[in-house]
Formats: sequence, C-alpha cells, structure tokens
Amino acid sequence: MKVLILGIGGAVAQRVALRLRDSGHTVMGIDTRPWEDAPADVEVHEVDLRKRAAEDVFRTRRPEAVVHMATVTSLRVQGEERHRINLGGTRVVFEHCRAYGVKHAIFVGRHTFYGAAPDSALYHTEDEPPKELASFPELGDLVAADLYASTALWRYPELTTSVLRVSYTLGPSAQGTLATFLRGRRVPMVAGYDPLFQFMHEDDVAAAIALTVDKRVRGVFNVAGPQPLPLSVIIRHAQRQPVPLPMMVLRQLIGRFGLPRLPPGALYHLQYPIVVDARAFQQATGFTFRYDEVQTIQSFLEAHPPPRPRREELFDKLEALGVLK
Amino acid sequence: MELPFNAYGVDPYGVSKKHLRVFFEVMAFFYRNYFRVRCHGIEHIPARGRAMVVGNHSGGVAVDGAMVITSAFLEMEPPRLAQGMAEKFINAMPVASTWASRCGQFPGLPEHAIRLLEEDRLLMIFPEGARGTAKLYPQRYDLVEFGTGFMRLALKTRTPIIPFGFLGGGAAIPTIANLYGLGRALGMPYVPVTPYVLPVPLPVPLEIHYGEPMHFEGTGNEEDSVILGYVEQVKERIAGIVEKRRHERWRGVEP
Repeated sequence: MKVLILGIGGAVAQRVALRLRDSGHTVMGIDTRPWEDAPADVEVHEVDLRKRAAEDVFRTRRPEAVVHMATVTSLRVQGEERHRINLGGTRVVFEHCRAYGVKHAIFVGRHTFYGAAPDSALYHTEDEPPKELASFPELGDLVAADLYASTALWRYPELTTSVLRVSYTLGPSAQGTLATFLRGRRVPMVAGYDPLFQFMHEDDVAAAIALTVDKRVRGVFNVAGPQPLPLSVIIRHAQRQPVPLPMMVLRQLIGRFGLPRLPPGALYHLQYPIVVDARAFQQATGFTFRYDEVQTIQSFLEAHPPPRPRREELFDKLEALGVLK
Repeated sequence: MELPFNAYGVDPYGVSKKHLRVFFEVMAFFYRNYFRVRCHGIEHIPARGRAMVVGNHSGGVAVDGAMVITSAFLEMEPPRLAQGMAEKFINAMPVASTWASRCGQFPGLPEHAIRLLEEDRLLMIFPEGARGTAKLYPQRYDLVEFGTGFMRLALKTRTPIIPFGFLGGGAAIPTIANLYGLGRALGMPYVPVTPYVLPVPLPVPLEIHYGEPMHFEGTGNEEDSVILGYVEQVKERIAGIVEKRRHERWRGVEP
C-alpha cells in the first residue's frame, strides 16, 4: 500500500516510515524539515503541507493511506502560526484526502486533549469532551484539530478515519513534550503536587501507528503503553533533580536558571494528571506495548544522561588552562 | 495487600507502596494508641472481590474515613485497602491531593468508582458527603440525607454493600460551629470550630461496627423512587447500628 506520512521529519514519524517500509509498504513523506539520512526507498518531499507543492504530491503519487503527524506543540511554535499549522494544516489534509481518493486517514493527536483538572476522572475514555481548555488556551488549536479530524468520521463516510490520542513519548530521540521537559538537570514541579504521567516508548508509538495503517480501524482511540507513574518517580529514575517550587514562584522562574520553558497553561499539567484508558484501541487492533515503564525511562536515560553540573564543567576548563591542578 | 504494584512500587492508579507504608505506620498509632478503636464485625467484609463499605460520617474532619481504612488494613487477614470516594476539593489542595491519591483516595466520581469496583477493589463511601461532616455535637448520632449515586453504582456493578456505624467522631471533634466563609476562602466546604477552637481530634475511644452485607438486584437505571427505597434501607440499617451501639458504648458490646 502507498502510505504518505505528513511531518516525516519527526523522530516518531521516521520510525513509523521505517516500520511501514519494512513491512512492505511504499512510503512517502512531506515535511519542511529535512530527513538527512532518509533511506533511498523512502521518498521525502521538503515542502510546506499548506502549499501547492504538497497538493501535487497527493495528486501525482495518489497515496492510499495518509498519516497526519504534522501538528506542533506549543513548545516549538507559538501563537497564530501554530493555529495555521495545526488547524489549517489538518483541514488541508482532509480536503486533499477527499479530493485525491485516499482510503484511510490517520490523525495523530495527543492525549492532552482531555485537559487536566482537579475534578477529572483519572482514566479518560474516548467519549469525553476536552475539559479545562480555559486554563490552557495554548492547547486550543490542537484540540480543534483533533475535533476537526473526528468530524471526518461522519463528513466523509467513504474515507476511513482513525483519530489517535497518543500519550507522551519517551525514548532515545528525546523529542516530544515530556522528553523536552526532562532534558535538563533540574526539572521543576509544583510544590505539593505530583501528578501521574503516562508515556510510552517511541518505538511502541510507531508500532501502534503502523498497526493502525494495517488494521484500518475506524474511530477515535486513546493510545497508551505501560501504566502511568508519578512525575517525581520519572524524574528521579531519569537521574534528574526534581525542584518543587510554589506555583507563584514557578510562574516567574520558568525558562530561567536552567528550568525548561513552558507556556503558562502547561503548569496546570504539573498539578493534575491526564491519563487515558486505551482499552478500546487494544481491542480494535490487538496492540501490545513492548517496552515497559522501566525500559522506557532507561532508554531515555541512556541516550540522554543528565547534563554535568556547570560548576564541574567550569573546573575542567580551568584545569585545562592550568589554573587548577 | 494484593495490589498490582510495578517495579517502582506504584499501581496503575498511582497508589504507592512508599506512601502507604508511612500512612499506615502513622494511622496504626492513632488507631491503637490514640483513639483505641474498637472494631466489630470486620468478618462481614469479604477477603477479596468487589465490595462497598457504606457508613455514617462522624466528626468534623476525616478521622472516621482514616480509621475505617485502617481497620480494613489492621483487622483483616489478608489486609485490604479501602479506597475512599473523597470530596473533590481535596484534589485541588497541595500536599493533600498527592497524599490522598498515593494512598488510593480518589475524588468521588462515578468513573472512579465503577473502574475500581470492576477491578474487584474495596470502596469506602459516606453517602452523607460534606453534609455529614458538618454535623454539630448535639447531632453527632443523627444521619443527614443520603446521596443515591452509590446505590446506582452498586446495582450496576453488582456490588454487595457492607453497612457500618461509626461512633465517637463527634466526641473526638466536638464541633460547635462551622465557618463556611473561611472554608470558601481556603478552598474547602467549611472549617469546623471546637470549644478549643482548632479541629484537632481529642483522644476519645472510637468504635466501628460493620453489619451484614446487603445485596440489591437491579441494573442501576431504575426510577428514582426505587433507588430511594433501597437507599432508605441502607440508611435505616446504619441508623439502627448507630442507635443500638450508642447506648452500649460505655458498657461493652453485646453480640
């Protein structure tokens, strides 16, 4: 089958591409980012999804399945541009799918769709609406893109649509919201709160998406791997230093003193958990994860050991200069 | 306890071995030495499988809930973790939210209750809710209006209800007034006031009496009048336990 992956430059998307290629599919991709060492049999088009050149790929290559992973989180792009990419891009994808006879469209969304709130159920099921958008407006365009993709289920009945709400990914590439958050030596927490975080290995995410292509399941599905863990446990086992700060202080310090940059709404996600119930996806596809929570954290840690303290680096340089012996 | 802890000592709901150890070490002291809790009828709680312990609120703070959880842990063999359906405001409070969830006490949402019961866990429910803890000293043995959600859940999940009466909480925290304004400012329903101002529990002996399990047949989608009838039966059973035991409280328990 001919599969077109949108956003193929991402770490997980590349894994999906390789996995699909290995199982005999013809794989193509679109991204504005380059894929330097892309295999020769994976055709990569460095174009903007919203431009004419991308439509040409649909028109000339006629993919049978499209995996839409070209959405961005608030950490990389902000404001109007994000809206254009996430919502405008998703609209364009479904229009092209309809116009050029694509049989199966897969929208890869995020489990943060459900939002974090003190009165939320611990395990969210697919039929729940997005809650607490008011507290995290930066998430609005991703939620809108997810809902737009979901409407394709009834707007385009001839197109099999799968909307996947995937939990955080962690793994050797250290890409994604949680991995970016954990990269530094110190990881902030909101004092007095320790929410559960749900994550899965990026290979497992790729396997789940590839399985969706093969099984051609129709509907909205939560995708999750091993059981969730408290944030403090993840930080400690990733050999990082948890820094619990009162909310008022954290708001001021975020992005400074080696702490990661976060949009204000994301701080709510450091207070309350977002955990999804992925039983429907498991039943529909037979998906089972390969990496448990211990192996997943370990794979991240091996690829990204905690950065050395600046003081040590400074002493090394002074030693190299001969100032210290 | 047979909870599915992973390699990090955490179960799929975030219940943590480390937190449970600290919680039960502290609570065992209060249970045995401070409140000298007398627990009767613990054999009515099944050793495994889904069940709901349903009882009256007694005392202005959650001493009753903590002691019921501790009784299921200390008095049962093998011990069980009773998981409370807590007030939602607890989850919004720093520290309390973390400790409550690490010890298996989740906000009282039907989604949580159904999921936990389907996994054959033991739920602890106070159908009086926050109204129950707001009772003043003179009303300490009275029961206020029961919610009906627990009965629909019991029917839907075919769960036996083990009624219990809790005695002594009203004397341990003799509430003379509730400050609703201050409570709202602090993010909780109210702040109880005792004659010595702070709602610190006194070392008064407490009693928990578990009754025989009650089984109800249905789907959980019955008319309100049917559900209210069932709820009234549970309320009457609890009121009966409290009424009988309050008179023999200082005389010793008759079988």
